[in-house]
Amino acid sequence: MWQRDGGQLFKKNFFFSFCVKRAVLRCLFVHFLLHSSYQLFVINPSFLCFRPALLREQHYQYLKKGLRHLSDAYECLDASRPWLCFWILHSLELLEEPIPTAVASDVCQFLARCQSPTGGFAGGPGQHAHLAPTYAAVNALCIIGTEEAYNVINREKLLDFLWSVKQPDGSFVMHVGGEVDVRSAYCAASVASLTNILTPKLFEDTTNWILSCQNWEGGLSGVPGLEAHGGYTFCGTAALVILGKEHMLDLKALLRWVVSRQMRFEGGFQGRCNKLVDGCYSFWQAGLLPLLHRALFKEGESELSRQRWMFEQQALQEYILLCCQNPAGGLLDKPGKSRDFYHTCYCLSGLSIAQHFGNMDLHHEMILGKEENRLAPTHPVYNICPEKVSQALQHFHRLVIPVFLDSNY
Amino acid sequence: MFASASSVKVAALTVNTPSVNFNLKYEKEWADLEPVPQDDGPNPVVKIAYSEKFSDVYDYFRALLKNDERSDRAFALTAEAIELNAANYTVWHYRRVLLQALSKDLREEMRYITAIIEEQPKNYQVWHHRRMVVEWLNDPSEELEFIADILSQDAKNYHAWQHRQWVIQEYKLWDNELKFVENLLEDDVRNNSAWNQRHFVISHTTGFSDPAIVEREIQYCLSQIRKAPHNESAWNYLKGMLQDRGLSSPPGLLERVLELKETHCSPYLLAFLFDCYEDALENSNQKENVGEEERKDILRKALEICDLLANEKDTIRKEYWLFLGRSLENKSGSRGPSDKPPEPSDPASGQQEMS
Repeated sequence: MWQRDGGQLFKKNFFFSFCVKRAVLRCLFVHFLLHSSYQLFVINPSFLCFRPALLREQHYQYLKKGLRHLSDAYECLDASRPWLCFWILHSLELLEEPIPTAVASDVCQFLARCQSPTGGFAGGPGQHAHLAPTYAAVNALCIIGTEEAYNVINREKLLDFLWSVKQPDGSFVMHVGGEVDVRSAYCAASVASLTNILTPKLFEDTTNWILSCQNWEGGLSGVPGLEAHGGYTFCGTAALVILGKEHMLDLKALLRWVVSRQMRFEGGFQGRCNKLVDGCYSFWQAGLLPLLHRALFKEGESELSRQRWMFEQQALQEYILLCCQNPAGGLLDKPGKSRDFYHTCYCLSGLSIAQHFGNMDLHHEMILGKEENRLAPTHPVYNICPEKVSQALQHFHRLVIPVFLDSNY
Repeated sequence: MFASASSVKVAALTVNTPSVNFNLKYEKEWADLEPVPQDDGPNPVVKIAYSEKFSDVYDYFRALLKNDERSDRAFALTAEAIELNAANYTVWHYRRVLLQALSKDLREEMRYITAIIEEQPKNYQVWHHRRMVVEWLNDPSEELEFIADILSQDAKNYHAWQHRQWVIQEYKLWDNELKFVENLLEDDVRNNSAWNQRHFVISHTTGFSDPAIVEREIQYCLSQIRKAPHNESAWNYLKGMLQDRGLSSPPGLLERVLELKETHCSPYLLAFLFDCYEDALENSNQKENVGEEERKDILRKALEICDLLANEKDTIRKEYWLFLGRSLENKSGSRGPSDKPPEPSDPASGQQEMS
């Protein structure tokens, strides 16, 4: 394990530490129980040495191809193509692989075709606008970060769209005539804040609605009353952070819930209590720890670590690198499952969270395996690289907030 | 994916169902309509290699949408489009527009959506569609049985539980739900969705204020814990139910848990004990009958548990338990901040800054 702190490198003798024994047990438990990854040990010597390697080149080829062409297996995501753009572009930015200018421009033009004339982005050209592809499209355009990309977004129409899905009780439907759940608040808050169209009135009562999703378990549910769930907890919490209201949550209860979601044997995270580990929760769940760290710090908590998040960073990196990589490229839920771009994005995002503590002023890295395993840091609220967040905010905050024109307003 | 029986039937009623190898463009029924190819632009990205059938159906769907055609052939085509991609929310929306515009038989639609959900129970659109139809019919009479069937195949399906809670709340169908939950917990005492439903039912009916209810629930939890000591759900439920009123409020609970510790110990039991001690410390600020000695003793026990969990019983959460210990010590003022031992390998950097 390489630890970097302020420029100095400290190598720990990995092979004889207690951590190795636990890693061995974990690998044996997961792999041999699930048979299909047995071959990873045979084929890839780096796994045998327990200095696992991130298969950078393989992931890069998988992503590069997918950005252009996808098999008919992806017909089921024909209403989520901006998501495919985001998952792939974000994975590439984490791997610090540059996006060729021509490709970036092609993505911009495609997403422009996904933009609805009535505002917001749809799952594909000609479809209706929906908050999820809207979130994905705006994030993808911010990753590209060129003037062309920013100019794709019609901010006035986007604001119209957000108003069109706003409900009287503070929640948002995902699309006109669609369902309500806490994802919508996050998607709305994310795009509104990045593009500088956020007004307090737009999110009136949203805070209280999100708070009503925190349940007896301490986590948040999709709608009030349901089971606490990692994806929804992330969305609700991140939305509140954007709105500056995260302190209104029972932070202690939320913290207890999320740390309890890390699996003591597998090292990865489960989505709900008593369910199975899944690589994607490496982001949705582990990503909550940076948010809570900051929230508690703002509340005056003096005992927070200055070096580590409150989850086992090494164990999560082990789970992702040893159990979630497809040797041909791409990442996945757990051994035995197929690779896909969603899991590639969120396993890598989780790996980044586990590698990087702090922010620009205070930064402590813990890279499991080779230094080459290092990924770029990701912003725990938006899940794009922090520089891209700053750059987008800078660009859009020079622009005037559009006025929403409606007779009922 | 096999065509569902009802979607084939619906299609057969209205159009000459195209067979797998023939496109709509060869069908006389569709000759008047010019299909609209997808506008992906000259240099597409994330381009999906659609099958011929997929392209065909969606080219015609786009044509219908463009003209806002409200017809039976349009209605039938939505079923084809859904079968090819049940996540296409634009198609579902259009189908609902047509259901109303053509005054379609909603009972028939219930049969259709039942079949689709059975095939694809983890899709958002299908459940939302069912909810809309139930609302239009104002008839929830089939719902609890249907959802129970879906849950019998996957007892934790989040969409199913969401739909179930909506039906129960909207139509006030609380009466048999606690029994339903208990049956599920009998099948699998670790089903966290069922524990959540238990909390949902009780909080919306009797509530948790009545001490008799609380005692009943405590006994229920403890009996489940005796059967399966390492079931986190039962411990979370116990804590979740009591946390607003204080874990030290039910008389004798701490003693009962300490008794269980001897034979049914678990990291969850220890965490619960920590929470009891922490709660006792917090409440002792208001009570005069808790002396300084007693407070110190409770604090010592709480910190002992933190250490035990961090270093031995729950090491995956070491960082968290160490933080809780430091935080409790700091709050209880037994050590001033200046006496606090430095964190291991803490660099001698200045104040932590988080923007």
